[in-house]
Amino acid sequence: MYWNRHAECMDRRALETLQLERLQEQVHRVYERVPFYRARFEAFGVRPGDIRSLKDLRRLPFTMKSDLRDHYPFGLFAVPMEEIVRIHASSGTTGKPTVVGYTRKDIETWAEVMARTLVSAGVTKGDIIQNAYGYGLFTGGLGAHYGAEKIGAAVVPVSVGNTKRQIMLMKDFGTTALCSTPSYALFLGEASRQLGTPIRDLPLRVGIFGAEPWTESMRQQIEKELGITALDIYGLSEIIGPGVAAECQAKEGLHLMEDHFLPEIIDPSTGEALEPGQVGELVLTTLTKEGIPLIRYRTRDITRLFPEPCPCGRTSLRMGKVTGRSDDMLIIRGVNVFPSQIESVLLEIPDVAPHYMLYVDRVQNLDTLEVQVEVSESVFSDEVKALERLEKRIRSELGSTLGIDVEVKLVEPNTLARSEGKAQRVVDRRSL
Amino acid sequence: MTAKQVSIFLENRAGRLAEVTTLLGDNGVNIRALSLADTADFGILRLIVNDPDKAVALLRRAGLTVRETEVVAAEVPDRPGGLAEILRLLSAEQINVEYMYAFVRSPAESAIMIFRFDDPAKALEVLQRKGIRTLPGKDLYLM
Repeated sequence: MYWNRHAECMDRRALETLQLERLQEQVHRVYERVPFYRARFEAFGVRPGDIRSLKDLRRLPFTMKSDLRDHYPFGLFAVPMEEIVRIHASSGTTGKPTVVGYTRKDIETWAEVMARTLVSAGVTKGDIIQNAYGYGLFTGGLGAHYGAEKIGAAVVPVSVGNTKRQIMLMKDFGTTALCSTPSYALFLGEASRQLGTPIRDLPLRVGIFGAEPWTESMRQQIEKELGITALDIYGLSEIIGPGVAAECQAKEGLHLMEDHFLPEIIDPSTGEALEPGQVGELVLTTLTKEGIPLIRYRTRDITRLFPEPCPCGRTSLRMGKVTGRSDDMLIIRGVNVFPSQIESVLLEIPDVAPHYMLYVDRVQNLDTLEVQVEVSESVFSDEVKALERLEKRIRSELGSTLGIDVEVKLVEPNTLARSEGKAQRVVDRRSL
Repeated sequence: MTAKQVSIFLENRAGRLAEVTTLLGDNGVNIRALSLADTADFGILRLIVNDPDKAVALLRRAGLTVRETEVVAAEVPDRPGGLAEILRLLSAEQINVEYMYAFVRSPAESAIMIFRFDDPAKALEVLQRKGIRTLPGKDLYLM
């Protein structure tokens, strides 16, 4: 099932021709309209006319999140304010947020890619979509909302939080599709059981989950707990919001909306482009964006791209699940550690819930990593030795996956912060 | 004739035991016997209470990890060697004691020990065969 068969199943050669045309136009636009880009291109000795093939993209400089912040709030906009119809901003954990502006056409493009996302997940206009992404400056809520309206589904704009009400509405309305973060979906699942209306007994059948990285085993857990199909969606506000890439029902990678966003994978430390299939940092260039077009934007998300055709018939490149952030990467005793590695180890141990926190510390000049794991009723034994065995197993499996020694501490359930937005799982107490 | 023991996972931190026992006390659950096993990081509190079902519901609602375990309450002759005698009987039948603790009773009566066995059914059969009285849960909770 496709929303836009022409765009989604386009012949690769025709797609690449379209991408080059759009890239050339976009590069000219930013050069003429955004002083930041003109100066940056000049510093790199590159002119818009130099872009003659898609490979020439590599001659252009990267755009960083810090560039958006340095030009706060509207410095990278490529249109006058009269043409901007919406402004979003991403949470600024450090200092100012990053601000993005949309023209009417950008809003239309965004709704289009979200419509494709929903339809590829099997959602139709007959569905009731409970949209539990945050509404507001965060792009999740309104992004999913416009896509859902575009395909003609009934949207319930409940936003994030108020778990009891979420479950009540889900039951009373007969919600069939859910949009939220994956960790909130699990949280809803647990809460619904405690409230005596398990979601798996309700009509909900599909969930489109994103805004934070999650693993294959977490998918299985969500699918089991909620009794639904769980699909991944990817996006970031700088590029457009949710809808940059989305999984189809084959669940084998996320289809990139390549007619709007041009992807590359680079080595995050050298900036060199990597071969197809290699794992590295995703870099995106917007091809049709008017409000704030970005050239070679460093997403900091670690993933890979694969070109093999998908059984669903879409011809786009697919990206693997995001396995980490190049800036979330912890360096512990010189070893690169991604929180997502820890999550996948925990999920492979039967009955262990993926609720964990990482505490990084420096004791006598030596980095230490403590992993706190919640003890659920399914793993709890009233014998000390059984719990010690569990602790030991987690410690040894983490040790062999990460390549460093890890302390494991079992903690009471519900003591680790559950997020209603993005999960915060790392506390770095090293004062460097 | 086994009894229900309520087992609770607790983090080793100041005041945690007081919080849990207060919760039970405030809701009219009376603790009849207890044992606490602990390591540096966590503890397992095991309780015999007057109303195990109510205790489990209360603790679960408070977000604790709780489990009901089947234990055996056996009367032990209150004299030197009384406990050793029973343990020898069980050991001779290859029954392992996972852990045990004493149940508080008025003086002059025989002592009661709570046992957690690896094989409670077989343990009960042996104890009965050897004429050692075990107590059903319902008697124990109200004792």
